[in-house]
Formats: sequence, C-alpha cells, structure tokens
Amino acid sequence: MISTRVKDRLATAVLWLSGLTILAILAAFLIRILGQGLPVLNWSFLTSKPRAMLPGGGIAPELFNTFYITGLSLLFSLPVGVGAGIYLAEYARPGRMTELLRLSVETLASVPSIVLGLFGMIIFVNRLGWGFTILGGALSLALLNLPVLVRVTEEAIRDVPQSYREGSLALGATRWQTIARTVLPTALPGILTGVSLVAGRAMGETAILIYTAGVTVSRHLPDFSLFAAGETLATRIWYVKSEGIVPDADAIASGSSALLVLVVLLFNLLLTVPLYVWQRNKGGGTH
Amino acid sequence: MAEKTRISTQDLNLYYGGFRALRGISLDIPENRVTALIGPSGCGKSTYLRTLNRMNDLVPGVRIEGKVLLDGQDIYAPDVDVVTLRKRVGMVFQRPNPFPMSIYDNVAYGPRIHGEKRKVVLDELVESSLKGAALWEEVKDRLHKSALGLSGGQQQRLCIARSLAVRPEVLLMDEPASALDPISTSKIEDLIRALRSSYTIVIVTHNMQQAARISDYTAFFLSGELVEYGPTGALFTNPKDQRTEDYITGRFG
Repeated sequence: MISTRVKDRLATAVLWLSGLTILAILAAFLIRILGQGLPVLNWSFLTSKPRAMLPGGGIAPELFNTFYITGLSLLFSLPVGVGAGIYLAEYARPGRMTELLRLSVETLASVPSIVLGLFGMIIFVNRLGWGFTILGGALSLALLNLPVLVRVTEEAIRDVPQSYREGSLALGATRWQTIARTVLPTALPGILTGVSLVAGRAMGETAILIYTAGVTVSRHLPDFSLFAAGETLATRIWYVKSEGIVPDADAIASGSSALLVLVVLLFNLLLTVPLYVWQRNKGGGTH
Repeated sequence: MAEKTRISTQDLNLYYGGFRALRGISLDIPENRVTALIGPSGCGKSTYLRTLNRMNDLVPGVRIEGKVLLDGQDIYAPDVDVVTLRKRVGMVFQRPNPFPMSIYDNVAYGPRIHGEKRKVVLDELVESSLKGAALWEEVKDRLHKSALGLSGGQQQRLCIARSLAVRPEVLLMDEPASALDPISTSKIEDLIRALRSSYTIVIVTHNMQQAARISDYTAFFLSGELVEYGPTGALFTNPKDQRTEDYITGRFG
C-alpha cells in the first residue's frame, strides 16, 4: 500500500517530468534547426534573390512575401474574425442562427489546409483567372485564420468579468461604449495571444500557398503588387527540398528554416512586448 | 411620512421566467434620505434594488409588472432612455468593481462616455468626486496608477467616486460593505452619512446593525414581499409585524 505522501510526491514528479519533456523537445528542436541553419544565414543570403540552377541564391523575396502575405491575411481575417467573436460573446442570443454560426466556425476550423488550398486555387487561380498571386494566397490563408480568431476572441471576451460590464452600464454607458472602452481593452491580451498564434501558423503554412501563391517570386524586390507570385519561406523550404534542382538545396532549406523560426519568434515579441508595456502604463497590472 | 417622495414603486411584480421574485411591492422612497432594504438571502431586496435603474433588463427572461416612478415619471415607459436613467440613478455593487485602468480614468469614465472631453473639467470632476468619496487624500499622488493596486475598501470608495462623477441624483448600493473589513466598512458608513444630504440613497444590507446605524427608513423584505416599511428607529424598536420582529431579534435568517 502506497501512502498518500508517496502518491503526492509521485504525482509531482510525473507532472514535473511532463513539463520537462516539453521543454526538452523544444530545446532539441531549436538546437537542431538553429545549429544547422544559422551558419547559412549571412547578409547576402538574406538580401539576394533566389536562383533556379546555380548555388548561392538568397531568400530576400521569400522573406518579404512571408511578412506581406501573413500581414494581408490578417488584414482580411481580423475584422471579420474579431467581429464575429464579439458578436458571439456579447450579442448572440441562444437560437438557431447562433447554432448555425457556431457550427460554421467549427466546420471551417476542421477543414484541412490542403482543401482550403485547392479551394483557393479553384476560385482565385482558375475561376477569377488571377494565376498564382499574393492576393489569392492571402485570401485563402485568411480562411485558415478566421475560425481561430473567432474562437479566441469569443473566449477572451467571455473571460472579462461580468462586473466590468455592469459597472460600465450602471454609469449610463451604452452597450457599444461598454464593449469598446472596457470589454475589448480587457480582452486585448487574450485576443493578441490568439493573433500571434494565428500569425505563427500563417507564416509556416505551405499547403494553402503552394496552390494559390505559387512557388515563384517577382523579379522586383520588394514587389508590393497584389498580383505578383508570392513564394514564402515555408513554401521555399518545401520547394527546394522536393523539386528544387539547385545544388545547395539543403543549405537553403536549413537557412530558411532557421530564419522562419526566428521570424515567428520576433513577430511574437513585437506583439507581446508593446502590450506588456501598455498594460503596465495603462494600469492593467497591480502596481 | 411628511417626506418628499423621490422614487415610488406601485404594485411591482417581477418574474424570472415562471418564478415570481417580487410580489406586489409598493414603496415610496424619500428624497435625500437613506433607505435600507433588509431581509434574508433570496428575499428579493437586491432584485428590487436593480429594478430602480433597470439593471434587470440585462437578465434574460425577466418580466416586470407595475410601476416604478422617478419624480413621478415611469422609468419603464417605452420612451424612457435607459442611458439617461442610469446617469440619474447611479449604482455601487457588492464587490468593488473598478475597471482595470488608472484611478483617474476610472472616475473620468462616466463623464467621458457622456461626452465630456475638456481636461480642465475632467480634472475638476475627478478631484471633487474623489473628495466626495473621501478618497482624495489617499490617492491624489497616484491618480495615474492602476486602480487595481488599491485595497478593497479604497476600491469600493473609488467605485462610489466613479458613480458621483456623473452627478447622479439617486445612489443605489447593493451591500457595498459586505466584502470589506470592519475599518473599511466604517469608512463607507461615514461616507454614506455624509452623502445623505445631497443624494437619495437606497442601500441593501444583510447587516441589521448597519441598517440601524446609517438609515433613516428601513424596509423589510421576505420571500419577495415587502413585510414592513417605516422609520428605522420605529421598525427596530417597535416592529408591527411578527415576522419583522422574528427577523430583527435573530429568530431566523
């Protein structure tokens, strides 16, 4: 018979080990990716264009496109996603319409990204005849972002204490004033966490973009044209490893992988650090 | 009572779905007096309080019959603007609920949503409201620090200041001291006595000593009914209804 004391220790050890496992996996992952990729990263790799046949090509347009397409996809999905999240959390009354909306969000969330890619190809590449474009890629990617943004926003808003709403309404605020001035600012950290998750996923997405934004880049750099082809870092990795004929494909893939990891990390920091500072100044903290 | 009536409820019934939470409440609340609502948990005193600024509107499935007159006007009439009503009838809640903003922004919240942008006016309102809530001396050097860093008692006085800043005529208080320690409670009670001259105050309390200390009139609720209502002194020393006597002598509740 094991004493409760031993059981308690055992449970602590198991949970501690689980946490450690996660940390170890991430560490191993980072060490390998950065270890292989960082030596490849240099100024010319970051600033020059890719080459199709010869070694020594860079990934500058891909780096640009990664930010550009991710940014555009957020631009398209944020208003609708956050709007629908606010609606579901604050306005929706239980009923058929709400059920249907929720079901749609869940269904959209469970669609595999390759299917969204093929859908995007049919609509933007073929039906509208755009070919492989940054715009088509960003719009298709927005479909991937959308359900996550809806859910994250709804949850973040539901986490806002009801007492804040009551306090605001009791002062004579309208529903919208209450949402805009009290509920949303309070829910913002949660929403931004969701945005950084979505952005990280969008930056690493391949299946959707291969079929909609293509695996080539514009001759110009930077090219802000929405109708240019838009290979990103992630699709570049997939392309050189599977179909590329450049002799230094492995090095390009390693370098791009390391860069992608760094870019996602940087993006998260860019999003969370200002938020942290703002919360401290605004008085969200306890001091 | 030879007092001027501020709020008059007439045969007020409130239903949560099929449950009748208030049963024919008729009650006249006098101007510039403190009226305490007492009774055991679930007796309807908080529900009644929340009908006076229409906070029950937020609860799905609530139906109201009867009249609530503020200065003779029915606040449930279709043409009544709830925003204006709540500006006139402020509310302080059981648990202090300052917004996660600075002390200044908390107090300025009300004036700002009602369109006040001038900094001089806001500064003046913030100061006078905090003074009105007896909090100014404690926070004047940290107005732009988070309100969440204040103690519970300070937070509750901040919530009172926040209500005062929209210049209400009536203040509803829902057990405002029940989550506070005795020292903070006595500060809130002092404050209520001080506010009495300029505001009509209706306060829900489960604490009978508190009702006796601070109120001019007391209403005793039981199971959704108004059992007895009268001057506080008379109700506590010489209750007319057996149930009131049982309650205030601690025989139940």
